[in-house]
Amino acid sequence: MCFQQKMIHSLFLINCSGDIFLEKHWKSVVSQSVCDYFFEAQEKAIDVENVPPVISTPHHYLISIYRDKIFFVSVIQTEVPPLFVIEFLHRVADTFQDYFGECSETAIKDNVVIVYELLEEMLDNGFPLATESNILKELIKPPTILRSVVNSITGSSNVGDTLPTGQLSNIPWRRAGVKYTNNEAYFDVVEEIDAIIDKSGSTVFAEIQGVIDSCIKLSGMPDLSLSFMNPRLLDDVSFHPCIRFKRWESERVLSFIPPDGNFRLISYRVSSQNLVAIPVYVKHMISFKENSSSGRFDVTIGPKQNMGKTVEGVVMTVHMPKAVLNMNLTATQGSYTFDPVTKVLTWDVGKITPQKLPNLKGIVNLQSGAPKPEENPSLNIQFKIQQLAISGLKVNRLDMYGEKYKPFKGVKYITKAGKFQVRT
Amino acid sequence: MGFFFPMVWYRHDDLKEMLDSNKDSLKLEAMKRIVAMIARGKNASDLFPAVVKNVACKNIEVKKLVYVYLVRYAEEQQDLALLSISTFQRGLKDPNQLIRASALRVLSSIRVPIIVPIMMLAIKEAASDMSPYVRKTAAHAIPKLYSLDSDQKDQLIEVIEKLLADKTTLVAGSVVMAFEEVCPERIDLIHKNYRKLCNLLIDVEEWGQVVIINMLTRYARTQFLSPNQNESLLEESAEKAFYGSEDEDAKDAKAEAASLAKRKPYVMDPDHRLLLRNTKPLLQSRNAAVVMAVAQLYFHLAPKAEVGVIAKALVRLLRSHSEVQYVVLQNVATMSIKRRGMFEPYLKSFYIRSTDPTQIKILKLEVLTNLANETNISTILREFQTYIRSMDKDFVAATIQAIGRCATNIGKVRDTCLNGLVQLLSNRDELVVAESVVVIKKLLQMQPAQHSEIIKHMAKLTDNIQVPMARASILWLIGEYCEHVPKIAPDVLRKMAKSFTNEEDIVKLQVINLAAKLYLTNSKQSKLLTQYVLNLAKYDQNYDIRDRARFIRQLIVPTEKSGALNKYAKKLFLAQKPAPILESSFKDRDHFQLGSLSHLLNTKAVGYQELPDWPDEAPDPSVRNVEVPEWTKCTSREKRKEKVEKPFYSDSEGESGPTESADSEPESVSEESGSSSSSSSSSSGSEEEDEDEEEGSGDLSEEEEEEEGAKKAKKKKAPQGRKGHAETSSEEASASESSSSGSDYGSETEAKQRKAVRAGASRSPIPPWHPPHRSLGPSQLLSPAFGAVRTYELLHRMAGEGLSVEYCFSRRPFPGDPHMVAVQIQISNNTDAEVKSLRVSEPKPLSGMRIQEFPEIERLAPGDTVSVVMGIDFCDSTQAANFQLCTHTRHFYVSIQPPVGELMAPVFMSENEFKKEQGKLMGMSEITEKVTLPEKCRSDHAIVQQVTSAANVGRVPCGADNEYRFAAKTVTSGSLVLITLERREGAAAQLIVNSEKMVIGTMLVKDIVQALAQ
Repeated sequence: MCFQQKMIHSLFLINCSGDIFLEKHWKSVVSQSVCDYFFEAQEKAIDVENVPPVISTPHHYLISIYRDKIFFVSVIQTEVPPLFVIEFLHRVADTFQDYFGECSETAIKDNVVIVYELLEEMLDNGFPLATESNILKELIKPPTILRSVVNSITGSSNVGDTLPTGQLSNIPWRRAGVKYTNNEAYFDVVEEIDAIIDKSGSTVFAEIQGVIDSCIKLSGMPDLSLSFMNPRLLDDVSFHPCIRFKRWESERVLSFIPPDGNFRLISYRVSSQNLVAIPVYVKHMISFKENSSSGRFDVTIGPKQNMGKTVEGVVMTVHMPKAVLNMNLTATQGSYTFDPVTKVLTWDVGKITPQKLPNLKGIVNLQSGAPKPEENPSLNIQFKIQQLAISGLKVNRLDMYGEKYKPFKGVKYITKAGKFQVRT
Repeated sequence: MGFFFPMVWYRHDDLKEMLDSNKDSLKLEAMKRIVAMIARGKNASDLFPAVVKNVACKNIEVKKLVYVYLVRYAEEQQDLALLSISTFQRGLKDPNQLIRASALRVLSSIRVPIIVPIMMLAIKEAASDMSPYVRKTAAHAIPKLYSLDSDQKDQLIEVIEKLLADKTTLVAGSVVMAFEEVCPERIDLIHKNYRKLCNLLIDVEEWGQVVIINMLTRYARTQFLSPNQNESLLEESAEKAFYGSEDEDAKDAKAEAASLAKRKPYVMDPDHRLLLRNTKPLLQSRNAAVVMAVAQLYFHLAPKAEVGVIAKALVRLLRSHSEVQYVVLQNVATMSIKRRGMFEPYLKSFYIRSTDPTQIKILKLEVLTNLANETNISTILREFQTYIRSMDKDFVAATIQAIGRCATNIGKVRDTCLNGLVQLLSNRDELVVAESVVVIKKLLQMQPAQHSEIIKHMAKLTDNIQVPMARASILWLIGEYCEHVPKIAPDVLRKMAKSFTNEEDIVKLQVINLAAKLYLTNSKQSKLLTQYVLNLAKYDQNYDIRDRARFIRQLIVPTEKSGALNKYAKKLFLAQKPAPILESSFKDRDHFQLGSLSHLLNTKAVGYQELPDWPDEAPDPSVRNVEVPEWTKCTSREKRKEKVEKPFYSDSEGESGPTESADSEPESVSEESGSSSSSSSSSSGSEEEDEDEEEGSGDLSEEEEEEEGAKKAKKKKAPQGRKGHAETSSEEASASESSSSGSDYGSETEAKQRKAVRAGASRSPIPPWHPPHRSLGPSQLLSPAFGAVRTYELLHRMAGEGLSVEYCFSRRPFPGDPHMVAVQIQISNNTDAEVKSLRVSEPKPLSGMRIQEFPEIERLAPGDTVSVVMGIDFCDSTQAANFQLCTHTRHFYVSIQPPVGELMAPVFMSENEFKKEQGKLMGMSEITEKVTLPEKCRSDHAIVQQVTSAANVGRVPCGADNEYRFAAKTVTSGSLVLITLERREGAAAQLIVNSEKMVIGTMLVKDIVQALAQ
């Protein structure tokens, strides 16, 4: 008789130097040696990001994710949708982030008991049980400095002694009995431009990906509806479970009872038919001379179609070819660094002023004797534009039902570069 | 918190001391350290006794940590672990649902085989708990118990069946998970719950959604017809009638359908449509696993014209974490082969960035290649040109192969590609050149004659290229097409002969090959060279090469010894070879269910459930009709008090039934559900009897109560009416004659129907009921009224299209087989046509179950009723017996589920015997329950009547006048079942059931308690 053991069997957390620093088993114990297959694959992959997320071993399957310099390796014994496990592991990492402010090895080690209690609640027999942060926070209180001091003196616990009623309700994402003296609801509309610009400066591919992140601190059970001036812009939307799908379908209004605290309300893509306004342009001249150990590097960044807003937080990163030994550059603005080991050039430009365009120019030193690099490196650009949603999306109004008080409401727009790449 | 971790590890003795102290803070500290040890994988098992003592600690955190410890080590320390069990058993009875749930969770996580029976009991108990959260926990516990002891399967299936009928979203996901793990093959359990699951889906938590969607995909593949079978997509007319203008896609479909000659019309089953419609919104879930699940459902189940909707959602997932991208791209790669058009609008989303990890780049490349066609190839090739200059050499190699594939697939660009690849031959990077050579070789094979220039160019490369695979490829090319380059070939051989000893093995083999081919075509120039090469090979270190040399020498050099083969040597070596087909490694991967682990690995993973092929003919859709009131509605009285849980979203969802056409006849539907809940006084096969319905009290009161019941049912139904109709298929609605009338009409028909049923009953030739083995017990005690024999509905008039079938347990021994339970079946023909050749067919009994069919009924005149007896061996379980009831025109799927009380037959024994037997059945086999007897049920007569109505038992004489004893044996195995009811002062009483069949005992207790409570 074969025993079917579905879903997640065990979890190992492994740091970059290959130490298994935490293990948790939801069924019988699986020996750490199973991770040897993982290490093998890791070695073969050279780069951490090329470790295959699914590894098949003689008796188990290993499904792993890499987050914040930690590998989350889960052990599976039978057929299971791989995305199910991957998505869950990311949810675990998100929860750690939420609880400890960072999802690092130190944070996990410092809070090992909470981590263990969380994992216990999140998975039962390998099947997800409570993954909503609102519920978990009712069950297990997140650590704060004050509490850990108090706990260590009094021996009181960080396990909630109230029972998690949220788990029983129809709206499991919201905890009961929320109370604030200042009732506030903030929405951040964050849009990212993904683009590939080719050598000649024309756009190969561009689209806008947006999210609305919310921070909602409202007492009781508020029922919110958020409407847009131009909802038709949103082409493809994914929702937090709290959003009533029907309302969106019929009226294009986001109607929901929000979770308490920070959460992502929706993420969306702006329809690809719309032309995307690219806010910056890059002039570049990168060349390596044949048979000489040097090359030239000259890059200028300028603003374009920015709707009267300033482009700021500009950073350019370039992965230079292996043959590059060093770079001797002068920046008219900001500062640059070149790491000769990873061959990464980073230029922190800051704000762009149209009167004086930032420029980075100089000499590239190549390894003598090595062949000239085939390819010019791509330039990855980051930037930020405050108070602008590049797609033109605008929130119309926010209404609240179900509660009597007047909440304070706020909307903030910001546009950023997503995966913004200039080929040279 | 951070202070303790880096501290020196405490010695175990210190920890023990801390655990033994009476300060909670010390205990907590110790437990934290122990858990930290477990987390690091250190062994802490020798602390077991000290830790387990604290299982009942008042401090919640200590308790939780003890649980963590216990679950981790119980398997290793089984005996000690048993000490903790009683704590959890107590917890199971706690008034707080969360405590009950957590007790069950921990209890079921302790992997100690000895406690299997306790777990089983606890699960069963929890499965009918009033709290949905506890029921959810019960569902979670099922797979745990199953992995501990797979012999419990049958009993667990019972629990699963019961939980499947649960109406709360909280339970749905977990129980389907349990179903998938314990009995994925029992697809028949899904029928009745199919529509409910579809309608609840949007409110189920995200993890449960994934499991349900995957299961329903499999289900749909067994129950519906392929929507693409006619290639003409959906039939125009059907589309209009059923789905109105809802699907924009349908318009395209229409155009296409119109152009095609109308073949056999395909009409999508409304249930199939229901599934597609209710899953579609989930494409917008934030959870990638849910999106993928819906995508695979659409890919496997939707008509071609509708599959397109998933592309957008899948492309969205490409923005997610790289692991998610990896999995999604694998699936997109498979899909893009079958349905290229779907992803074409999103071509640019698959463009590659230099920052993508290599494994993602290669998958994107795969997708781009699959999407290439005549119109977009130039864009794609331009894109590929950028990739070729990448620093990531693995990626460049993959790009070159991709170009090769584009060239083979799209004839138009073959020359362009070939030229591009030839240019790459002068690339500085050897790997690039080598890969190009290999791809060029493959391309040239398609049309070698036109490309001798390229072959010449490649011949020159042998001087520079060192990569063995590339050298081998060039040599093969020259050998194969030596006739196109007659001058160069011998020279190449000369050079290779010179360097032969330094070459890699695969190159050496190709040198020998080249030599042989030249020898055959141009022996004048190459004879000596060939001899030389073969001689070198003869003394090579590698035996493969030595073997090859010997073989070839024999084959090509004519000697007197060499046989007939020699003549054919040229044919052998220079035969036309078919060009290799460059195709995607993802081709045909879609025979695995997409999104599955097996698909990703391209091998069958352990426990993979094959995705079945569409059936040629659709199985009976009426099996999904829901007619009997569900378990949850009638399980226990506590249940009813619970406020009706309103689903958060699916309320609006439920309003639209499976078909638009059903909307037009809401009345017929409410009538439907109303009558079903009242006409069958208890659902066929409920374990817990429907306690508030009429029972055991004579005919008169029955009528009264019935009317009351009808009113109640109506009230109860009123708010649910709309919901209920979602569960009725259009077919059913149209079948019911009462299509449109006032709202009163519902109750009217209901009453009529009931009368008809009862009239049928009195008219029927059911013989007067005699208690079996009358001689065994004092007769006056064993003569419950005739009305006590309950009839159950097997086939409702509506579902049976005028044929209605009821059954009851006659409690007589079944003639011919004493191990069978006799079931009396009464069939009435309410149609106005004769029903012919009524029979049972295709019984599908579960393991061990046997069915003795009744003899075929040749004809049944309209309005007539006939009664027959069939025997069923239920194997002492309350599993339903499933079979088909066939007429000359139709067949109906029906099932009989026995109440536990009918699985036994009375036995006679004396008081002493009874006591002796009881003494043997103590401990686990004894179940005790406190009962409060209601006013009307305190007389001897009433008690005895209630007990005997609940179970087929015989009374045992008894000295004491406040005690009642009954005995019976189970029909199949003959195990004794002893019942003792002891009256205390007032209404209190104690019920004891002794039986070695614990399940039967437990269920019987429940049934009797319910019977007495009335």
